[in-house]
Amino acid sequence: MKTYHLTTPISADDIKDIRIGDIVYLTGTMVTARDDAHRRVVKEGLKLPVDIKDKAILHAGPIIKYLPDNKYKMVAVGPTTSMRMEMFEEEFVHKTGVRLIIGKGSMGPGTARACKNDKALQLVYPAGNAVYAAKHVEKIVDAQWTDLGMPETLWVCKVKDFGPLVVTIDTNGDNFFDAKKAEFNKRKEEQIKKISEQVQFIQ
Amino acid sequence: MKYDYTEPTLSTKGAKLRDLLVKYLDIFSHRLPDDVSKKLVEFSKIEVDPLQKLVYDTMMENQRLAAEADVPSCQDTGTLQFFVKIGTNFPLIDELNEILVDATYRATQIAPLRTNAVQTFDEYNTNINIGDGIPGIFTQLMPHSSDIEIYPYMAGGGCTLPGVAKVLMPGEGYEGVTRFVMDRMTTYGVNACPPLLVGVGIATSVETAAMNSKLALLRRVDSYNSNKRAAKMEHLLEDGINAIGLGPQGFGGKKSVMGVNIINTARHPSVIGVGVSTGCWSHRRGLIKLDQDLNYELPMNKGVEL
Repeated sequence: MKTYHLTTPISADDIKDIRIGDIVYLTGTMVTARDDAHRRVVKEGLKLPVDIKDKAILHAGPIIKYLPDNKYKMVAVGPTTSMRMEMFEEEFVHKTGVRLIIGKGSMGPGTARACKNDKALQLVYPAGNAVYAAKHVEKIVDAQWTDLGMPETLWVCKVKDFGPLVVTIDTNGDNFFDAKKAEFNKRKEEQIKKISEQVQFIQ
Repeated sequence: MKYDYTEPTLSTKGAKLRDLLVKYLDIFSHRLPDDVSKKLVEFSKIEVDPLQKLVYDTMMENQRLAAEADVPSCQDTGTLQFFVKIGTNFPLIDELNEILVDATYRATQIAPLRTNAVQTFDEYNTNINIGDGIPGIFTQLMPHSSDIEIYPYMAGGGCTLPGVAKVLMPGEGYEGVTRFVMDRMTTYGVNACPPLLVGVGIATSVETAAMNSKLALLRRVDSYNSNKRAAKMEHLLEDGINAIGLGPQGFGGKKSVMGVNIINTARHPSVIGVGVSTGCWSHRRGLIKLDQDLNYELPMNKGVEL
């Protein structure tokens, strides 16, 4: 478990030694992008109105306070379930050149291919810790696709030491959760057997 | 598209209940119920490996910061669901729906809560956190009573809303129930922000099993079913899921669940229905009990005053 501090723009070289299970803290530009943003880019073929090449996205729908003069304050922000974006992520990464995909929970083989081929990382921020995360958002510098509503808008954030981010897919395409899930499933089968012997209530 | 909402003109007493609820929703958007906080502190002393400790330290610091700033501790403040036991003589029974909807509307602005109501088919966010059927209001009558018990729950999109229910054949038995619950833990539970509170409903159809599983999440994390066999199954599932080793955020660890609560009702002889709802570690459910004069108690939040 090594700790890295990354600042955008992040090159492929910057992340080549980072492996699953390592911890990252991010400084620079991070843009929230979740279901609708992914759908628009991949399914509808729209160009993302924010340049995220060599930067980071966060699968998240924050709580924003709307201030006068089109200004915004980050109240609470944390990741949403990343697996929902799995069906789009490989193409999304390839099209946008995004370097860090931050979210919650595991992602699948498409994202792993993207991380390997386009040199990106998938990372998990411990979800539910939205005020701690908001504290590390220095300011919101832009908002795009606001027609999607607060959760789905692209909020362009300037962050400082945003983390802890646990690396869950690295540039080899290795997936932290694959090994974990194999262990979980093995133990689950043992437990099901054990419990089933004691709950034969229907005779 | 725009969602039309005009605030109702409530009676003086109705407005008083609404205002109490607004304050309560604001507070419990960042203050976890006592049973949940206690359990998390307990787990933070058990999960001492570096990665797990880092997660628990972040959680503890997050709750402290949220309380200090008086803002929601998790950005997904869910869709509000109110599970209500209402006395048939409670004086505001006619106004209750309007009170709950308007309390949600106002709390959304004050807390502030995330606006999470998307109108289906027309597919637009109403941007005010209320919509058709949101907040969800589920009522049970209490005969010969003038009291009310309201359990508000901020039901999140990444934990409890994607619940599952299935009607099994009796031949599959409680062994089948066990598999259904356990499979859900490794497929969905791992991403649902463990340590979880798992609600299991046993009943006769999908909707009764699902509702029981939801009501189970309203019970304290350290409570057990009054039926001995059901309580035994709660213990077995709790130990079994902990043994799977999900740990905080599914990163692995000693504790996967804060508790497993089963609520059971009778079944038709041909079926056994099972429902599973997963509450996340940030389990924001509360309880406010009021009498006809609106004297209130908050049994899940010691020391909180509205």
